[in-house]
Amino acid sequence: MEQLLGFAVPGIPYGCAYAVFAVGLVLTYQTTGVFNFGYGAQAYASAFVFAWLVDDHAWPTWAAFVCAVAILGPVLGLLFDRLLFRRIPSANSTAKIVTGLSLLVGIPALLPVVFGNGNLVGVPSVVFNPGTVYFHLGADVPVNGTYLSAVLFTVAMLVVVVLLLRATHLGLEMRAAAESSRLLELEGVDAPRVTATAWAVSGLMAGIAGVLLAPTEVTVQAQDYVTLMVAAIAAAACAALRSMPVAALFGVLIGVVSLTAQGYLPTSSFWYSAVLPAFPFIVLVGALLFVPGLRRLGQATDPLSSVDPPLPPPAARARGREIDRIVRTGFWALLFAFVVSMLTWMPPAWETVLNQGMAYSVIFLSVTFLTGTAGQLSLAQATLAGIAAFTAGQLAIHLGLDFLAGAVLGALAASLVAGLLAVASLRLRGLGLALMTLAAALLFDVAVFPAQAVSGGTGGFALESHWLPLGLLSANGHAYFVLAFLVLAVCVGGVRLVQRGTIGRFLTAMRGSELGAAGVGVDLAWQRVLAFVLSGALAGLGGTLLAIQQTVIAPGEFNYQLSLAFVVIVVTTGVGTVEGAIQAGIGLVVLEQLLQYAPGRLQGLAFVVFALGALTYAAHPEGIVELEKRRWTERAERVLSRRHRAPAPAVTGRS
Amino acid sequence: MSHDDRTALELDDVCAAYGPYRALFAVSFSVEKGSAIALLGPNGAGKSTVARVVSGLLPASSGHVRVGGSDVTGKAPWAIARMGLSHVPEGRGVFDSLSVEENLVLSFRRRAGRRNLAASLERAYARFPLLAERRHDRAGTLSGGQQRLVSLAKVLVVPPGVLVADELSLGLAPSVVDDVYAALADVRRRGTTLVVVEQQVDRALGLASSAVVLEHGSVAYFGPASGARAVMAQVLERRSRSDGANSL
Ligand SMILES: Nc1ncnc2c1ncn2[C@@H]1O[C@H](COP(=O)(O)OP(=O)(O)O)[C@@H](O)[C@H]1O
Ligand SMILES: [Mg+2]
Repeated sequence: MEQLLGFAVPGIPYGCAYAVFAVGLVLTYQTTGVFNFGYGAQAYASAFVFAWLVDDHAWPTWAAFVCAVAILGPVLGLLFDRLLFRRIPSANSTAKIVTGLSLLVGIPALLPVVFGNGNLVGVPSVVFNPGTVYFHLGADVPVNGTYLSAVLFTVAMLVVVVLLLRATHLGLEMRAAAESSRLLELEGVDAPRVTATAWAVSGLMAGIAGVLLAPTEVTVQAQDYVTLMVAAIAAAACAALRSMPVAALFGVLIGVVSLTAQGYLPTSSFWYSAVLPAFPFIVLVGALLFVPGLRRLGQATDPLSSVDPPLPPPAARARGREIDRIVRTGFWALLFAFVVSMLTWMPPAWETVLNQGMAYSVIFLSVTFLTGTAGQLSLAQATLAGIAAFTAGQLAIHLGLDFLAGAVLGALAASLVAGLLAVASLRLRGLGLALMTLAAALLFDVAVFPAQAVSGGTGGFALESHWLPLGLLSANGHAYFVLAFLVLAVCVGGVRLVQRGTIGRFLTAMRGSELGAAGVGVDLAWQRVLAFVLSGALAGLGGTLLAIQQTVIAPGEFNYQLSLAFVVIVVTTGVGTVEGAIQAGIGLVVLEQLLQYAPGRLQGLAFVVFALGALTYAAHPEGIVELEKRRWTERAERVLSRRHRAPAPAVTGRS
Repeated sequence: MSHDDRTALELDDVCAAYGPYRALFAVSFSVEKGSAIALLGPNGAGKSTVARVVSGLLPASSGHVRVGGSDVTGKAPWAIARMGLSHVPEGRGVFDSLSVEENLVLSFRRRAGRRNLAASLERAYARFPLLAERRHDRAGTLSGGQQRLVSLAKVLVVPPGVLVADELSLGLAPSVVDDVYAALADVRRRGTTLVVVEQQVDRALGLASSAVVLEHGSVAYFGPASGARAVMAQVLERRSRSDGANSL
C-alpha cells in the first residue's frame, strides 16, 4: 500500500495537467462547437509571455500574470473567433481542423521570431512553494507544493467551469450557440457575442493552465505543451467531448496509472520502454473505437446549416487557348531548364536542397491525393513515410535486399498500415478520423520508431552505399536527381490516371457529399480504404526517397509534428492539384534554405508563412497559392484579350 | 408604397441568393396587423427562403423588408427577433442537446423576462402536459411532432408580434395537424400576425385571409385567400407539364 502510494502520488501533477487540458478542450468544444487543436499553442503562448516578462524583464509575478493570462488569454481567444472560426460554416469540419492545426504549428514557430529565442526557465509557482513538503500521506509519502497546487487548481477550475456551463444562463446560451448559433439568434439572443464570450473564457482557461502548469516543467517549451495537449485529447475523447468531470477523471487516471506502472515495471522490459509512453494514445485509440458518442462527431448539429450555400465547386479552369499555349510552353521550358541546370551548373548545396524538395513532393502528393481528391484528412502521413523507410532499411540490414527493391516493399507495408487504419476507423468521420490517424502517428512515434529493432534507437541508422546501385548515396551526384525525378514523374502520372478514372470520380463524389455519393451507389467504406491504401503507397515511396537523400533514417524525420506540418503546408500551396504537392515540396525546402541566410531567430519563419497560408483554407479551399496563380492567369488573359479585341471566354458554373 | 401603421410586415422588391444561386426575384407583398397570410407554392418555389429573409437568416441582396413599419433589411436575426418577429424554421426547431425545459427557458427568459420565467413555464406545461412529463429529457429524444409542440409552446405562452411558421404540419399525423392549427388560431386571436408557409393548401387557406403564391422565386399571386386556389392549381399544372417535358 505504502509503495503503491509512493508511486501513484507523483503521478498526480501529471494527471492534473492532462485533466486541465482535457477540461479546456471539452469546454471549448461544448461552448463553441470547435475542437480546438490550437488550445495547446494558446496555453504555450501565455506561459511563454509570462516567463519572458518575469525572467527577461523582471516584472513582478502578479503584473506578468495579468498581462500574459488575464489579458493575452482572452484576447487570443477573441482573435481566433473574430478572424477565423466565425467565418467557417458550421458544417465544414475539415476547415475547422485545418485552422486549428495551423494555429498549433504557427504560434510556437511565431513566438521566437517575435520575442527572440530565450532559454525560458520555469515560472515561479503562484500558490504553494513547489519544493516545500507540506505533509505526508501514510507514513512516508511526501506531498509537496507542486502536488498541492496541481490538485487545488484542477478542482477549482473544474468547479468553476462546470458551474458556468450548467448553472448560469450564459452557460446555457453558450451550449445552445455551439449547437446552432442561428437557432439561438431566432430567440433574440446575440449569438455571435455569446460565442465570442465563450472563446474569451476558453482563452483565459488556456492561459491559466499554461502558466500554472509551467512549474511542473523545468523550462517552457512548445514541445511540452503540444505533447501535453495531445495526451489530454485521450481523456477528452473518453468523455466523448461532452462531460468535463469525466474528462478530468480520465486525465488524472492516465497520469496516475502511467506513473504507478512506471514504478512497478522493470525498466528493461518492452512494457516499460514501448507500451508505457504510448499509454495515453492507446487510451485514445480505445476511446475512438468504443465510445459511441465519438462516432457522431462528424455530423452537423445545426438544423439551420441548410441556409449556407453549398461549397463552391472547384473553380472552372477555363483558360483561353492562347494563354493555355503560353502556360504549357512555359511549363515545359521551365522543366527543361530545371533538368539541365540540375545536371550542369547548379551549386551542390542547392542541388541537394532541390533533391530533397522532390522527395518531399512525393510525400505531399499523398496528402493532395487523400485530402484533395478523396476529402479525407490524415494526420499520419509522415508516419507512413517512416514505416516504408524503416522497412526498406531493415530489409537491407537483415536480408541484404537492395534498397530500391526494399522501397517498393516498404511502400507496400505503408499502404497496408494505411489500409488497416482506414478499416479501423470505418465508423468515424471528420474529426474522429483525424484523431484516429493522429493517435496512430503518436503510437508509432513513441512505441515503434524508437525501438532498437526498428531504428536502432532515436539516432536512427545510416544507409550503406552497397545497399544501392549507381552511387546513389553520394550526396551531390546526379544519379539521385535522375532517380527522384523519375519517381516523381511516375507518381504524378499515376495520380493523374487514378483521378481521371472511375476511382477518381467516385472519390470526388465522396468528397463532395458522402450522403450524395452513397445515394448514387458508391461504396464509401471501400472507397475510403482504397484512398488510404494508395495514399500510403505514395507516402511510403516518398519516405524511402527522402531516406536515400538524407543517407540516414532517424525517427525524428517522421514524427507526428511533421505530419501536422505537412497538412498545413500542402493546404497552403494547393491541396486539390498535383502541382500543389510539387509547389509544397520545392517551396518548403527553398524557403528553409533561404532562411539559412537570415538571422537565427527567423529560422522558424517558414512554418509561420505556411501556417498563415493555411489559415485562409476556410475561405479558399483550393489553396492560397493556387488562388493567386489563377488570378494572375486571369489577369494575363484580360490583357491578352484586350490586345486582340477578342471576347474573354465565358466561365459558366451551375446556376 | 403604402406605409400605414396597419402593416405588420412588408416585403418590397426583395431579391435573395444562396452564394451564386439566386432564389428570390423581386418579391413584394404585405400583411396587415393581426391578420394571417398563407405563403403557398410547390417545393423549391422559395417559401422557406422568404421566411429566412424576413427573419434575417439570409440577407436580401436587394429590396427592403419592413417589420411594423421599420426597415429591418440587413439587420441581424437576433435584432429582428427582438422587434417581436418569431420564425419557427422548417424541420427541427429545437436544440437537440438541451433538455425540453432548457429549450423553453432560453426562449422565455428573453421574451417574458426573468421574473415571469416560472409562470411562463407553468403555463406551457399546463397547455401541453406531455412536455411537463418530459421536461428533463433531451429535446433530441422527442418525436418530430413533440418537438413541434415545444416550438408552439414558446409562441403560445408569449405571443410574438409576427409569427412566421414554416411548414409546421409537415410529416405530422392528421390529428396532430388539427392541434397545430388550433394553436395557430389561438395565437392569432391574441393579436399575432401570422405568416403560414404551407404545402397543404386547404389547411392554410382555412386560417388565412390573404395569400401569396410563389413560383420559381417570383410572386405568381398576391391577394385574397379565395383567389389563391385557382392560381395554385395552374402553377402545379405548369410544373407537372414541365416535369413531363424534362423527363422525355
Ligand atoms: N442552402 C442552399 N443553397 C443553395 N440553394 C438553395 C439552398 N436552400 C435552398 N436553395 C434553393 O432555393 C430555392 C428555394 O428553396 P426553398 O426556399 O427552400 O423552397 P421551398 O421552401 O418553397 O420548398 C430552391 O431552388 C432551392 O434549391
Ligand atoms: Mg421549404
